[in-house]
Amino acid sequence: MLIVNTLYVKNIRDIQEEIIAEFEVYDDWMDKYNYLIELSRNLPLIDPNLKIKENLINGCQSKVWLNAEYQNGTIHFTADSDAIITKGIVSLLIRVLSGHTPEEIIHTDLYFIDRIGLRQNLSPTRSNGLLSMIKQIKLYALAYQTKFSEK
Amino acid sequence: MKINVNTIRNDFPLLQRQVYNKPLIYLDNGATTQKPVSVINCIHDFHRFKNSSIHRGVHYLSEQATEEYENARKTVQQFLNAAHPHEIVFTAGTTGSVNGIAFSFGERYIGEGDEIIISEMEHHANIVPWQILCERKKASLKIIPFSDDGLLQTKELDRLITPKTRLISVIHISNVLGTINPVEEIIRKAHTFNIPVLVDGAQSVQHASVDVQKMDCDFFVFSGHKIYGPTGIGILYGKEKWLQELPPFQGGGDMVDIVTFEKTTYNRLPFKFEAGTPNYIGAIGLAEALKYVSSLGMNNIMAHEHQLLDYGMSRLNELGYVKIYGTARPKSSILSFNIKGVHPYDAGMVMDKMGIAVRTGTHCAQPVMQHYGIEGTIRASLALYNTAEEIDALVESVKKVKTMFG
Repeated sequence: MLIVNTLYVKNIRDIQEEIIAEFEVYDDWMDKYNYLIELSRNLPLIDPNLKIKENLINGCQSKVWLNAEYQNGTIHFTADSDAIITKGIVSLLIRVLSGHTPEEIIHTDLYFIDRIGLRQNLSPTRSNGLLSMIKQIKLYALAYQTKFSEK
Repeated sequence: MKINVNTIRNDFPLLQRQVYNKPLIYLDNGATTQKPVSVINCIHDFHRFKNSSIHRGVHYLSEQATEEYENARKTVQQFLNAAHPHEIVFTAGTTGSVNGIAFSFGERYIGEGDEIIISEMEHHANIVPWQILCERKKASLKIIPFSDDGLLQTKELDRLITPKTRLISVIHISNVLGTINPVEEIIRKAHTFNIPVLVDGAQSVQHASVDVQKMDCDFFVFSGHKIYGPTGIGILYGKEKWLQELPPFQGGGDMVDIVTFEKTTYNRLPFKFEAGTPNYIGAIGLAEALKYVSSLGMNNIMAHEHQLLDYGMSRLNELGYVKIYGTARPKSSILSFNIKGVHPYDAGMVMDKMGIAVRTGTHCAQPVMQHYGIEGTIRASLALYNTAEEIDALVESVKKVKTMFG
């Protein structure tokens, strides 16, 4: 299964490099934000029925809903947010992490965030739910890893 | 006398700086204000030349520091027109003051089944300490509601005040809506039932002249950093008769008279409430800030800010897609609003990159958000150094946000 993944799915590092390249063309913040607004439309949206309290990651400033599903050894995420810029960043995180094995997700260093200048959006003081979302993603990965290694 | 904003701005070094290569437009004064150079120098000089612990040593520096600290207390007393300097207690801030009274008053006067009245527009700092007290003493909170335009429904007090009511604690000026509440009226009514009133002045002392004797409040609290002073210093004013009656809220050095392992007797007012080494440099810095605003004249500051508020309200209303929360008068210079179809967080992010500092979110007043059924607002809070040009820049940023998200 793992071999198939490395053959057909871009690895996490490649996707991060791809995103960094996309953002390199923007030196103006407004262009960056406009691009994030565009990206927010690409987010694999969470099923409205799953927009429940259990899937809500509450930030003080914006909300993020996240759902994880395990299929054939990889985890697939869907999400939504009430703020568009947050949604844009969520779509990037999902693009990087979705469709990978729990192992890969747990050990990923999300360096692209820093490189595209969005680190401040992930600072704990921002409390926009993004930092908690990353934690939640890793927790899902850990849970699935534990669950399936037991079998 | 009209205040000259351009001259005043030179007194505030931070206002000269840029962010993201754009001139900083600082409209987050409700959160904290910038400091005039006189305050900065005063704190700097104290550290450099005068630092010494107060009320302790017999040496020169300690005597001098003690004198400056006690003079700072007198400056605050005069600023609030309190009857005595010992009615002024230095605390860490508004939150510290409210928590202190909630503890001490609660210990002395609150029992099972008693009631405390606050309002629907309180900051969390004037909600949570009372909830903690209520939990501790099995008492309950009652809430004065406000109308959609932001007016406190003081008539409801006739229904809310019962023989069980022990205290009313109310915000003077709402940090979200800007409403200036009729505290005198509330106090008058409360006093006919012998109920004391605490007024949360965190958003009022910097915008209007306060006379605690005329207001006749029993307690008045505010923070230094919101009135151009340093952080970590605040004021608890209490009428002498109350402060005499209340037990201390913290124990430690300086607040005691005689300490034995059997029993300790407490120091006289106000030292009874100032345990440990106080933030004396903060207190002296705060006094310097009060001197600064007094030299400009509270009425002149108020007139200037009012003009800006009216200008801001009309410019935002002109856009046709901005909803302002808190339109009732009298109103202080706080503009809380949302842009139709735009999440306040998105708006704040874009405005930030345009050099505009506003606050977005719930402003530590979630019940106000719940009243309107909203997630948050954008808040531009104005101070004495803001200008009409800055309001124009704010309006331009709102237009930009609308084109990006609306």
